Amino acid sequence: MENLVQIALQNVNLAAIMPSLVLVCFGMGLLLINVFLPRGTTRHAVWISLVGIVVTGWISLQGWGNPQYGFSDAVALDNFATFFNMIFLIGAAMTILMSDDYLRREGYPVSEYYPLILFTTAGAMWMASGTDMMTIFLGLEVMSVSLYVLAGFFRGQLASNEAGLKYFLLGAFSTGFLLYGIALIYGVTGSTRLTEIGVYLNTHASLLDNPMTLAGLALLSVGFLFKIGAAPFHMWIPDVYQGAPTPITAFMSAVPKAAAFAAFLRIMEYCFFSMKPEWTAMLWVLAVLTMTIGNIIAISQTNIKRMLAYSSISHAGYALVGMVAANEIGYSGVLFYMLAYTFMNIGAFAVLVLAGKQGEENLTLDGFAGFGYKRPFLGVAMTIFLFSLMGLPPTAGFTGKFYIFAGAINAGYIWLVILGVLNSAVSLYYYLRVMVYMYFRTPTEDYAWVSMPASVLVTIILGIIGSLYLGILPNSVMAMAKMAGF
Amino acid sequence: MSNLLSLMTFFPLVGLVVLLFLPRESDRLLKTVTLVITLITFLISLPLAFNDAFRTSAQMQYVEFLEWISIGDFFRMNYYVGVDGISLWLVLLTTFIMPITVLSTWNAVEKNTKGFMALLLLLETGMLGAFISLDIFLFYIFWELMLIPMYFLIGIWGGKNRIYAAVKFFIFTAVGSLLMLVAIIYVYYYAVKAGMPFESGFSVAHFYQLDLPAHLQTWLFLAFAFSFAIKVPMFPVHTWLPDAHTEAPTAGSVILAAILLKMGTYGYVRFAIPLFPVATMEFTPLFAVLAVIGIIYGALVAMMQDDVKKLVAYSSVSHLGFVMLGVFAMNLQGLSGGMLQMINHGISTGALFLIVGFLYERRHTRLIADFGGIAKQMPVFATIFMIITFSSVGLPGTNGFVGEFLILLGAFESELRWYAVIATSGVILAAVYMLWMFQRVMFGKLTNPANAELKDLSAREVVVMLPLLLFVFWIGFYPNTFFDKMNPSLEHLIQQVKGKQQIAMMVEAPPQAVAKITVNE
Repeated sequence: MENLVQIALQNVNLAAIMPSLVLVCFGMGLLLINVFLPRGTTRHAVWISLVGIVVTGWISLQGWGNPQYGFSDAVALDNFATFFNMIFLIGAAMTILMSDDYLRREGYPVSEYYPLILFTTAGAMWMASGTDMMTIFLGLEVMSVSLYVLAGFFRGQLASNEAGLKYFLLGAFSTGFLLYGIALIYGVTGSTRLTEIGVYLNTHASLLDNPMTLAGLALLSVGFLFKIGAAPFHMWIPDVYQGAPTPITAFMSAVPKAAAFAAFLRIMEYCFFSMKPEWTAMLWVLAVLTMTIGNIIAISQTNIKRMLAYSSISHAGYALVGMVAANEIGYSGVLFYMLAYTFMNIGAFAVLVLAGKQGEENLTLDGFAGFGYKRPFLGVAMTIFLFSLMGLPPTAGFTGKFYIFAGAINAGYIWLVILGVLNSAVSLYYYLRVMVYMYFRTPTEDYAWVSMPASVLVTIILGIIGSLYLGILPNSVMAMAKMAGF
Repeated sequence: MSNLLSLMTFFPLVGLVVLLFLPRESDRLLKTVTLVITLITFLISLPLAFNDAFRTSAQMQYVEFLEWISIGDFFRMNYYVGVDGISLWLVLLTTFIMPITVLSTWNAVEKNTKGFMALLLLLETGMLGAFISLDIFLFYIFWELMLIPMYFLIGIWGGKNRIYAAVKFFIFTAVGSLLMLVAIIYVYYYAVKAGMPFESGFSVAHFYQLDLPAHLQTWLFLAFAFSFAIKVPMFPVHTWLPDAHTEAPTAGSVILAAILLKMGTYGYVRFAIPLFPVATMEFTPLFAVLAVIGIIYGALVAMMQDDVKKLVAYSSVSHLGFVMLGVFAMNLQGLSGGMLQMINHGISTGALFLIVGFLYERRHTRLIADFGGIAKQMPVFATIFMIITFSSVGLPGTNGFVGEFLILLGAFESELRWYAVIATSGVILAAVYMLWMFQRVMFGKLTNPANAELKDLSAREVVVMLPLLLFVFWIGFYPNTFFDKMNPSLEHLIQQVKGKQQIAMMVEAPPQAVAKITVNE
């Protein structure tokens, strides 16, 4: 027994944090290298970041089926964390590939951009592997602070400044809620360790309806729901997504959202499994609200970037359905959906990056008139992404939604699923409208379209492969999501 | 060959890949290659027609079974396909209509031929896949897959109002099928909890054996039926059809009428009715009423159209009302009449849309008032148009007569007797609107000078129509070729549905009856 305690105290297991450690080292190294290179050189940063991501991915995969725990159980590199790490790394790689040319075109060829993406990703990885409130909070802060900077990266542009500031102010506010929640839960249970909290609450049934526990649960949820972008904490999303540089918007819609879901899932399942009826009831309402608000407001958008921002709110709602199901199928469904969403959404944003004309961003529906004829490949790519976002077979969006809805139906939430599919029906309209402009209308003028650099094409092709592979042959990845679930 | 069905279904997809490598500008080459691909697909499917196993057996033939998605104890889907007497002729209709459709585009499609042909091939794979799927999940995939090409066919190559029509078509059909998806997943988990072997996945055959409680059947049936009703289309969710038909290019209209609409009626026969027999019993009056309204309403509206294509579109609503009436009669006459009428409608309405296409290509108008007296200018065309008109009206000796007669006979012998009486007036109305239209377009004095220059059908156009004419008479004079191979499956289906309905009625009957059953057991 004494021995065990000793081991626990000295439990420094670097293997458990190795992926994020390596990624941060790459980021730091890159910052250092940047000092010695003239401003405006960015190619090296792209390559070094990509190498860093691949190495990190390889290290992270060592944890698959071979879970590593460390630091007195504050960090776990288990299947769950590894699966999310893969999502983050794929998202980061796709973002980095589409950024270089875009930054140059917009007049910000700054190489510090890339380390910031790596830091964000590392923060996200901490969140996914955190098994202690403090680790998760640490990860959240590392992730968020880097993101605040990235959102306002175009410092000469008013919209980007607004996005950065808005995100920072609201984000800081929501973090306050989260911290308060953690404090209250600590006050009730005397621990920040997720499993200990769970055991304590489970064995002290009287605490379950204690106002402090409930307030703690509610405040924690507010913090995460804000990051997820669930209604009614979604107000920041449209402005921030629209104002931020397009690759960063793509990144934000996939990686931090997945990270927030990872931590939220783990906390709910580890700490509050004995309060399932309470929080599933709360999330039921919020899921419906989130899907509906996102979809309804997206209909009236004429700016595609902003439309995708609202659509990303509704997709958070679909994923919440999987959490409400609160069974194995639902949880793995969320994991699978986050991966599918990463491919299709970042792919769609990559097309937006290349849709610019005459060196300017082209984001309005009118600007997309006849796009499918002018840029046939991009048109087909966008079509695939839009069908995937709609959730139509044979794409990843369909299998993802199926996975989540199967979980919810298995758990008996028929009405929630019916509301979910009705929401999908609403979403058909605004996704179809983009295609209407791309294919059914003729362009008004002839523009000089921006060139198509190979790196962005790689992102788009990755997106297409992901969207179709997960849609047609989802077996292996679905099975991985099952193994990664709780 | 053991994987004949897969070969047939995915051959167009292989062709599509070939097509992508052909040069964009070579219009003729693209069309020829597509024609060859669809012809080969037809040849691949031909052994089905000569297989005598369908005469004696209600079993699925050419079955293929492959594990597709298998996620522990979560869910399991299989690539499970096969053909029986119910799907046999629909599959053949699809492979038969496709080359004709491609041939009809020879001069009609000039803009972006490559895209058009690629979409046609994708559509063929979707339609064939839906007809042969025995796993509902697989069926759903193909069912939704059909939407995408059709949406673009209408939206890109359609008429003036094409965007509205395309979006309406897409949203109507997709909304219906989303609710069906919920029902599919629900039935699946119900089946798993009821002890269905997990390996069978979403197999329809296993779902048939479920004993779903009546109140659940009601809801599930409604979800399925709503989705199929939109596709058929039944009154009052038919409104997308006239728009889609009017705006679609000729090839699109032909496929829509000949095959896509059959998906809806096929869905009832294969899924909605046998899966939920008790609910079917409960809803038969409602659906019979809707079918009869469709028959009469479609005919009346068709009568008032001044656009030939719109007239044909509304006549579809009327004809499919007949099919639904036959299907819900649930006896052999009604059901086999309904199945045959699906084929008939595919042939005669497909042909009518081709005829409208011929006129439109020549005069760029479809208004009845713009024509008149062109029979003299185009004697071959007039003859063919006449025959197809008779087939659509249901004149004895043509295919339409056999189908409609059997449907009315079946409905008359079932409890839908009075509906049959009213529906019969639809036959008269059909004669009125079709013959009136024919008279105004073809006969009378040639008043419009633009019509004096009209050329008769070219050799290609005659070749397009000849196979259709052949089947008009074949089915008209010797329908047994077709009945022989579908009846075993239909009889089996009726037995299965009626059996379940009788058990349900006995359970609902007074306690003595229930006691009797227990004694018997």
